Amino acid sequence: MRRAILAVTATVAGLVALLSFKTHSSSSERTVASPQPSASLPPGERAITGNVANTAYGPVQVQVVVATTKIVKVNVLEQPESTQHDLQIGQFAFPKLIGETLSAQSARIDSVSGATYTSGGYIKSLQSALDNGA
Amino acid sequence: MGTVVSFDVPGSARRNGSLDAAIRWLHWVDRVFSPYRADSDVSLLARAEVTVDACAPEMAEVLAACAFVRDLSGGYFTAAPGGQFDPSGYVKGWAVERAAALLAGAGSADHVVNGGGDVQCAGGRGGQGGDGGCEPWRVGIADPLRPGRLALVVGASDCAVATSGTAERGPHILDPHTGRPASGLASLTIVGPSLALADAYATAAFAMGPARARDWTASLEDYAAFAITEAGGTWHTPGFARYISTA
Repeated sequence: MRRAILAVTATVAGLVALLSFKTHSSSSERTVASPQPSASLPPGERAITGNVANTAYGPVQVQVVVATTKIVKVNVLEQPESTQHDLQIGQFAFPKLIGETLSAQSARIDSVSGATYTSGGYIKSLQSALDNGA
Repeated sequence: MGTVVSFDVPGSARRNGSLDAAIRWLHWVDRVFSPYRADSDVSLLARAEVTVDACAPEMAEVLAACAFVRDLSGGYFTAAPGGQFDPSGYVKGWAVERAAALLAGAGSADHVVNGGGDVQCAGGRGGQGGDGGCEPWRVGIADPLRPGRLALVVGASDCAVATSGTAERGPHILDPHTGRPASGLASLTIVGPSLALADAYATAAFAMGPARARDWTASLEDYAAFAITEAGGTWHTPGFARYISTA
């Protein structure tokens, strides 16, 4: 089976609204093809930084840590922090999205229901991190 | 629509072009049905600048389906939440179900399409197509009270899983009868053959609140429900038990 992720759009009234509209699909085998060394990580792991995704609420940027062909950690490098609403995003939505990113690629779980994935900036930056790792 | 759609498909869907066709379909739906695009048919219709007849033919289909679920749910589902015409509550599941149907029509027997947490499955994991010997897809139900964790896992073959809830986006489902955010439930999941209906049923049941939702979902033919209340309690309809994966 091939897994393709398509970032359709994120202009809905979610927590982080994405302004642009971008299609992307890529197979998982492409996402980790060329290792980049990183000094502070355990052997076999490498960090790939996504592009900054500008959203209606401010810039969002994530970094993924990859071991062989699995994402083992997601770091949110930049997120909107100017309002109480932004802080709720950071405390609640991002941890949830990170958890879903990790659990969605578990060998035991094929898909997750109940995540609205409206945090488009997270998705966009995550996708670019995967692209950058290709 | 404002969401992300992921596909888990056999390599043949890439080679025969059906994956590309499904992606083009989703973009078309976004252009025509997005309430966030000023020039979409939905926006034009909401501003009464066009009639239904001037819209894409699919508009009449969507409106008829919204009316069906509205009537079936005693008005707890509406194509005009908050008073503004916006059929997104039906369109998202419908669009994903159609995308999956495009794959099936091109010969894919085993695939999962997940649109913003609403999932349409065919066949099973690791299947070779139609041999009946593969395992069901394992679809996790996100736990709205423990971010990043799953409440349970559903075994799904040839069926849809849709969840409505307050997780991530906060209270955003209105009770059409009061105009206020629905309360009492943290999430409600519907499993059944059609994602379009499962998604709309989940939205309606969530708006009902726990007591009414339990009775109403038990009355639905071919659709089963699982709920998590704001207090952390759970219940499911009798028909849901067979979907719960214990492995």
